[in-house]
Amino acid sequence: MTTASPPPAALGTQPKPAKRAQKRTQKRSWSGWLFIGPFMAVFAVVFLAPIAYSIWLSFFRNQLVGGNGFVGLANYSQALQDSQFWSSLLRVTLFLAVQVPVMLLIALLVALALDSGRLYGKSFFRISIFLPYAVPAVVASLMWGFMYGTRFGLVGNINSALGINLPNPLSPDLILASIGNIVTWEFIGYNMLIFYSALRVIPKSLYEAAEIDGASQFRLVTAIKLPAIRGALVVAAIFSVIGSFQLFNEPAILQSLAPNSISTYFTPNLYAYSLSFSGQQYNYSATVAIIMGVITMVIAYAVQLRGMRKES
Amino acid sequence: MKSKISPAVLRGSALALAAALTLTACGGGGNDAGGAAPEEVSADDVQAALEEGGDLTIWAWEPTLEKVVEDFEAEHPNVNIDLVNAGTGNDQYTALQNAVAAGSGVPDVAQIEYFALPQFALAESVKDLTGYGAGDLADTFNPGPWSSVQAGEGIYGLPMDSGPMALYYNTEVFEKHGVEVPTTWDEYVEAARALHAADSSIYIANDTGDAGLTTSLIWQAGGQPYKVDGTDVTIDFSDEGSTKFAETWQQLLDEDLLSPITSWSDEWYQGLGNGTIATLATGAWMPGNFTSGVPAASGKWRAAPLPQWEEGGTASAENGGSSLTIPTASEKGALAYAFLDYANVGDGVQTRIDGGAFPATAAALESEEFLNAEFEYFGGQQANQIFAESARNVPEGWSYLPFQAYANSIFNDTAGQAYVSDTPLTEGLKSWQDASIKYGSEQGFTVSE
Amino acid sequence: MSVAVEPAHTRKDHQKQKPGYVRMKSTRRGVDNPRRSVLLTVLTGIVLIYSLIPLVWLFINSSKTQADLFTSFGLWFSGDFALFGNIGDTLTYDDGIFGRWFLNTVLYVVVGAGGATFLAVLGGYALAKFNFPGKKAVFAVVIGAVAVPGTALAVPTFLMFSEMGLTNTPWSVIIPSLISPFGLYLMWTFASEAIPTELLESARMDGAGEFRTFFQICLPLLGPGIVTVLLFTMVATWNNYFLPLIMLKDPAWYPLTLGLNAWNAQASTAGGEAIFNLVITGSLLTILPLIAAFLLLQRYWQSGLSAGAVKE
Repeated sequence: MTTASPPPAALGTQPKPAKRAQKRTQKRSWSGWLFIGPFMAVFAVVFLAPIAYSIWLSFFRNQLVGGNGFVGLANYSQALQDSQFWSSLLRVTLFLAVQVPVMLLIALLVALALDSGRLYGKSFFRISIFLPYAVPAVVASLMWGFMYGTRFGLVGNINSALGINLPNPLSPDLILASIGNIVTWEFIGYNMLIFYSALRVIPKSLYEAAEIDGASQFRLVTAIKLPAIRGALVVAAIFSVIGSFQLFNEPAILQSLAPNSISTYFTPNLYAYSLSFSGQQYNYSATVAIIMGVITMVIAYAVQLRGMRKES
Repeated sequence: MKSKISPAVLRGSALALAAALTLTACGGGGNDAGGAAPEEVSADDVQAALEEGGDLTIWAWEPTLEKVVEDFEAEHPNVNIDLVNAGTGNDQYTALQNAVAAGSGVPDVAQIEYFALPQFALAESVKDLTGYGAGDLADTFNPGPWSSVQAGEGIYGLPMDSGPMALYYNTEVFEKHGVEVPTTWDEYVEAARALHAADSSIYIANDTGDAGLTTSLIWQAGGQPYKVDGTDVTIDFSDEGSTKFAETWQQLLDEDLLSPITSWSDEWYQGLGNGTIATLATGAWMPGNFTSGVPAASGKWRAAPLPQWEEGGTASAENGGSSLTIPTASEKGALAYAFLDYANVGDGVQTRIDGGAFPATAAALESEEFLNAEFEYFGGQQANQIFAESARNVPEGWSYLPFQAYANSIFNDTAGQAYVSDTPLTEGLKSWQDASIKYGSEQGFTVSE
Repeated sequence: MSVAVEPAHTRKDHQKQKPGYVRMKSTRRGVDNPRRSVLLTVLTGIVLIYSLIPLVWLFINSSKTQADLFTSFGLWFSGDFALFGNIGDTLTYDDGIFGRWFLNTVLYVVVGAGGATFLAVLGGYALAKFNFPGKKAVFAVVIGAVAVPGTALAVPTFLMFSEMGLTNTPWSVIIPSLISPFGLYLMWTFASEAIPTELLESARMDGAGEFRTFFQICLPLLGPGIVTVLLFTMVATWNNYFLPLIMLKDPAWYPLTLGLNAWNAQASTAGGEAIFNLVITGSLLTILPLIAAFLLLQRYWQSGLSAGAVKE
């Protein structure tokens, strides 16, 4: 299978003529739907129908006493004035502003280090740093939860071994950072790999020329490598934004260890979950979900626009 | 392979599908409410159903039920039972509520804890068993669990087990530091200080804020923060019992005498095992968990009566415990009731006691065999005598909210803050009260303070 | 990519003068790099240690008995080496239900991830090589839908699936896993570069049907991309937690993640048995197959990613 395909390095150099040919010959026809149709059909069942259903639900309110009734936009106006909802949004925004840049920066630096070819044992580095991605979020959170324990967990072990007093990672002040650490740990390798792959297909000729010009490694990175992988950076940023706004598994599992630090409205997703599952407020939960969806879309779109504008 | 479909068609059909679903879902959930008379099912009907047999689906997480089901099937070969662990506690309630809302996949029997039962009773998601003759069982069960399955005029489940509280303590820790085992909560605070002063790694107990423990201790103190009359609900955490609890606990919190470890975590098991958590106030179902979760400390722990709010008092409280119920949507009520009767009144009770469960029936608590059983884990102590005494001394008149499951879920958002900040516990309880009132009002209850 | 122009030009001049120099430089990114940096290796090593420590912790603690787990230092071995005993216990506990969960997970992965890959390949091909009505809307809708928090869609999805009689069956887990928006994106970018449009034209001129063209000509070219998407969908399905949690009630249909969490929760029930050692060993066993798959398929998916990531 793979032998039949062109080597990846060649792919990076070829798209231009291919694209031109594409534009010249493509006619609008329905036959594309033969191929995209199956995807969209399943997509409609598992995404569009539940979303449509949620929108429908968001116009009603169902009470334990008094039953179900149409309330128009009341749920939306309630959500806009809901301090718990806004505090959860603020929290993930803070998370997004700190964790995503840190994670992407580390991933990028590792990818650049790997790509520079100056590492001993490169492939060992590459696969090892990628491994955490294989660990299910559930397992990762359970594992880190065990380790965060200040009494008998790893943090506690370190405290008693070194005679120091590390702060409790599960205290209300530090919990967001501790969750950030888990997420960073899980996804550094994944993002690193995306960047690394993008770096690998930069045509070698660009480097050769630059080196002959006597460009420093630093200049090589800023002038050639980073511009060349901007697309990968934008994609990674968009998926990270969406991931941050949907933060759920890690806080949900740590909640049983740190119930006072992780409230039921710690993240918007957790809030929607507890409204729906503990509070049986399906309608309000759907409203919160839709508002979050819209906000996420706007921000992801903004990131994309910004990324693309810089490029041109 | 699919043929061409335009996106517009897709969108349209998705909407139509969703709309259709909403209608059926609402219809399925809503139309049962409205105080219909309970079904009348005689003992003969139940007997007939047993002879006829059939399939029965049971949702429960209680481990001793496995053996009960086995025995029941052996006795009634026509009956085929599917025992499903659909999650523990809230996970299962969520599943049950989802299934009820969807109108399909509802089990024939479901385990529901006492604190959560009023919610299902109010929504009429579970059957009123009065018509099955459950009313005749009043003397069969201990008053605590029996009152817990009643809501208004109805009886919504049969008590399966109960959790009369006791104080478990690590006798080695107390002996080593020459501290007396407390009999009142004031002494408890003193003991906490003495132990922590003797060795700063020792805490009298762990607590990071637990709704179940809080309500149980207020119950013991004679508090009645919840009053429920149909859909009229009163929530008030400023009564005498609640205040007693808050004042005592505040001392423990102020002086950092409670270990900030959350119950049921691995650290908690470690603490119970290595002597850094000296006591544990909880239900009579705990010995089984000690044996399996803390084997290293076997022989070190003992049970004692719960410390008292008044010197010389005897009051106790229930903590935990659950009932078996029959969801309204089940069409096999008679057969399901036959199983309830077997498991909670009949031979199943002894089977479950043998498996380590704590029974809810009066007879079991009086049997010599039960009372004289020696617990190896507790160094041969006849702990059931303490538990049985506790079961008889549970104050009457306690009730949980008809939305207690939700209220408990937000305990740590509100009252829990007193455990990690300078917020006083009374203020924490007040904000718990406010949040519960807000939710209750949104759900259509008439809530007052 | 504007920076590419100038260096490319200078390269030409120098090449004439010093071909040998350029030649040597052109292999700078190969395995026989002459200038490896200890400093860089050490710095990257910090990230490596960060990535591996939790996994080391997991391995070490898998080798401890329940009692040792609570009383010994987390990052070193202690007591008897109980790994094999733990593995045996994990596999036989509760009549060997772990094996059943493993098989369930394999089923979900094979059908779910396999199906997701198939749909993504078809869809990505359509987006890359066809001009059809609604094409622009397709990806916008897909990205938009992904932005809506999944936890809040769970209840509507549950009610719908329940209506169709799918809950508590493997289908309720498999059908939602059939959609992989990231997979669709990857295949789109990969297919637009890997399949020369001229090839399609000539096939069409030969009168080959759309499906024959796709399966006989294009599919082989898409090999590395398919493996990459397969790997991502495999990870997603293998780690799937939330949806099965809602959909499945019967432990006989649980995937591994759900089973492990149930074991973890078991310690907190009256009469329940605390089996943290089995949770930890089970976690280890859960991630091993994925790690093995990563290592075995490394060669293929990295080249697949390269093409995917470069597209902007």
